[in-house]
Amino acid sequence: MYGYEFFVDPSRCIGCRSCVAACAECDGHRGQSMIHVDYIDRPNSIATVPMVCMHCEEPTCALVCPADAIKKGEDGVVRSALKPRCIACSNCVLACPFGIPKVHVEPELMMKCDMCYDRTSLGLRPMCATVCPSQALSYGPPEAILRGRSTHPVRDFDFGHERVTTKVFMMMPPDEPVVSVDIEDYMWKEPYEAAGQWLVDDAAFTH
Amino acid sequence: MAEPPVSIEQLNRLYGPHPNYAPPGGWERAGARAPDKLVKTHCSFCGMQCGIQLKVLDNQVVGFEPWEEFPFNRGMLCPKGVKRYLQGAHPDRLLQPLLRTGSGFSPISYEAALDLTARRLAEIKDKYGPDAIAIYGGASMITEKTYVLGKFARVAIGTKHIDYNGRLCMVSAGTAYKLTFGIDRATNPWTDLAKAQVVLAAGSNVADCAPITTHYLWQCREAGGKLIVVDPRMTPITRNADLYLPVRPGTDLALCLSMLHVLVRDGMTDERYIADHTTGFGAVRDSVRDWTPERAAQITGVPPGNIEKAAQWLGRAERAMGIHARGIEHHSKGVENCLAMINLFLATGNLGREGAGCMMITGQGNGQGGREHGQKADQLPGMRLITDPEARRHVAGVWGIDEKELPGPGLSAVEIMEAIHRGEIKALFSICFNPLVSLPDAGFTREALAKLEFFGVIDFFLSETAHFADVVFAGSMHEEDEGVICSAEGRVQKINKAVDPPGAARSDARIICDLAAKLGRGQYFRFASTREIYDELRRASQGGIADYYGITWERVERELGVFWPCPAEDHPGTPRLFEGGRFWHADGKAHFQVTEWRAGGDPIDADYPVYLTTGRVVSHYLSGTQTRRIGPLVEQYPEPKLELHPRLAAKYGIAEGDWVKITTRRSEVVAQATVVGTIRPDTVFLPYHWPGRRSANRLTHRTLDPRSKIPEYKASACRLEKVAPPADLREMRREETGWFGSEADLGPNSPSTTPSGPAGPFGSPEVRR
Repeated sequence: MYGYEFFVDPSRCIGCRSCVAACAECDGHRGQSMIHVDYIDRPNSIATVPMVCMHCEEPTCALVCPADAIKKGEDGVVRSALKPRCIACSNCVLACPFGIPKVHVEPELMMKCDMCYDRTSLGLRPMCATVCPSQALSYGPPEAILRGRSTHPVRDFDFGHERVTTKVFMMMPPDEPVVSVDIEDYMWKEPYEAAGQWLVDDAAFTH
Repeated sequence: MAEPPVSIEQLNRLYGPHPNYAPPGGWERAGARAPDKLVKTHCSFCGMQCGIQLKVLDNQVVGFEPWEEFPFNRGMLCPKGVKRYLQGAHPDRLLQPLLRTGSGFSPISYEAALDLTARRLAEIKDKYGPDAIAIYGGASMITEKTYVLGKFARVAIGTKHIDYNGRLCMVSAGTAYKLTFGIDRATNPWTDLAKAQVVLAAGSNVADCAPITTHYLWQCREAGGKLIVVDPRMTPITRNADLYLPVRPGTDLALCLSMLHVLVRDGMTDERYIADHTTGFGAVRDSVRDWTPERAAQITGVPPGNIEKAAQWLGRAERAMGIHARGIEHHSKGVENCLAMINLFLATGNLGREGAGCMMITGQGNGQGGREHGQKADQLPGMRLITDPEARRHVAGVWGIDEKELPGPGLSAVEIMEAIHRGEIKALFSICFNPLVSLPDAGFTREALAKLEFFGVIDFFLSETAHFADVVFAGSMHEEDEGVICSAEGRVQKINKAVDPPGAARSDARIICDLAAKLGRGQYFRFASTREIYDELRRASQGGIADYYGITWERVERELGVFWPCPAEDHPGTPRLFEGGRFWHADGKAHFQVTEWRAGGDPIDADYPVYLTTGRVVSHYLSGTQTRRIGPLVEQYPEPKLELHPRLAAKYGIAEGDWVKITTRRSEVVAQATVVGTIRPDTVFLPYHWPGRRSANRLTHRTLDPRSKIPEYKASACRLEKVAPPADLREMRREETGWFGSEADLGPNSPSTTPSGPAGPFGSPEVRR
């Protein structure tokens, strides 16, 4: 859809997997989801992150494809592999810096997010970004989406010496460092620690 | 009459739950033809009541399309909304009435089911009197059905005992709001959340239970607002909390009292607002005098400095909002918790303005509308008190009966089950309620159900509770009815019918009216459609607190929802309550209520040293009757997992994936551990959506709040013990969801390789059917 862009803001993600559920409702691949939502470090954090295809300007997946099966359209959207050409060799799976493509065993075909080409070509927004309840995934005119957001859009990613520029924007915090958190950092523990106590069988906890 | 007629295994095989993965006829059929129609309606699940369009093909729901014009959610949906269409043409769907026999359930004709039910109810009424019959309703069905059910209880049966599953939801908040404000509704539209400078979210796991709310909270933060989260667990919204207060379960009241202490101490109350628009603040001010942050820290386990900080942020904001949900309401002092939270906002003048208010987040789809029009033990339509003589005269007039015929207030939901257990209530007729899974102390519920002389159920799936029924009517699903609901915002919205009830299933309202006719009271139930029920409801509510008189179905569709109260057709509705400092009490003022600290009903001690708290996960809804049958939602969170902190886990030698026996003063349950540093080390969490051996409500206790009668789900005492993997995992799963995971998962030595793998408790197993 002309002038619309795709934004991923992991800080908004609540891990609900609505995008995963909705992706499988896309008519091009009903029953199969192309989106991943992962915990970053579940033992220590509730933070989750959704990953869609970033649609690289120079798609690594296409560059490494021996069968020339992966094409980028004029709209900048990188499609799933062409069925007659794909030999299911998994080169693209290994090469993608974002871990997006998957080879599906049954049809022996690489499939990945094509930004809901079947929907956007009809003037409908991609399923995932339409339903996302926290708008961690959003699709629309950049000025409308960025208005009032404190995060800023980034689409250059450095992997070692190689820079990858993508069509999809990743929303990044202005300058906040990543922090690891433990619930105990937020609890009042001094009196118990001083007494060498902590857990609930300690007398201090019964009142 | 007794225990289920045959084994649970046999019932599971015939009636499920079985997980459904694809639309009727499979993906190819659904994709091959354009749908016959797209029906604009709302989701069948939580109180967000998101707009959605259902794709209909050959009188079956085969998919959905986002509805981006609906203003509340603009196309957004959680996974339950995305997959809700899979419940429609489900293989477990009841297609005809069932009769209990010696060898299970047998199909019978609709007429025969009506005759039998009416005869048994009449016999029991003759033998023991009308109050030996109780009616259970629910808040996931359209308001028209809740209204006609209330009328059925009082006019067709003549019993005072009707209550509903909303009693397990937000009644503590409702009671508190009526005491303070004189009205039971969220105070502001959700758009106000984005305008607040500070939002205090207490016991509100909105990311899992009301997911669209997170978009409003994130908008608030993007605009510079601060988010304070109060919860013993870090729920997903905590990732963006500016201040996180991990209260010990059951101690929210101490936190609120102390915050008010700081507001008073530092002169941050709005004395002018208090003087002009409220009564009773003097006594409240005195009551918090001793509630220093240090004292509250001792009780809550939250650092005193952070209690100070929360109060300072709230006190200094021009616009602050509170949101609260089951986390503070599910307590034996749930009403006090809500009152103390309201007091913070009332004392700072944070009501009746854009970005200023204090709101409950009603949980069920029609949790708001379902409590307004007469299926609550103490209320008549229009949120009128059943003890109010004028209200009784008005409603009796609309119904065409003598006011003296109208019963008085009856027992609440848990009390009804207790009266059944005592043998005082002999018959139960239930719709939209699965008490065996949702009431506390499930062992007690099971004993009570087995004592009933007659049990009739209307449902579209055979719920675990319906296993005990004598007669089960095949009722209507959400997409088979036309009517209204009221969302958590207080917005009346239109549910549109997408398909007809299949087979010999009937509209619920039709069943209730036909049954009334069989009981000889047909003249009061001559409704040809839910529309005629609604038009009577409008008149019954007229002049009441929840006044729907000005809300027609046409207006609701045209205006995409109307906020009640709305007394006339030219009245715009009331999105925001209390503008200009006007409240619903006769004196026009808000009435501050004093609250006093007291302990909960199931205290920890040396034998039961750990707090158990229960709640929900995003992919399931309530007792799971629907979501445990929707394959993708089952796979997202297939079975209950016990969340506990590494420090607590280490104490008992428990590692990730180990099996743990959780024992309370009622019963015991085994579940696999998820070891995470995001829950207090003195607390464990178990979600409650599943039936059978791993049902969390086997563990909870029946202590009720004395005023709201809500059970104390959020704080029980338990002990933990590492145990060997259960030998009956397959049976557990068959009872719960019919989802079995991989076979390796079920081997005697390998149950710890859980389907959710390293992703943790919400992990989506990469398993395909």
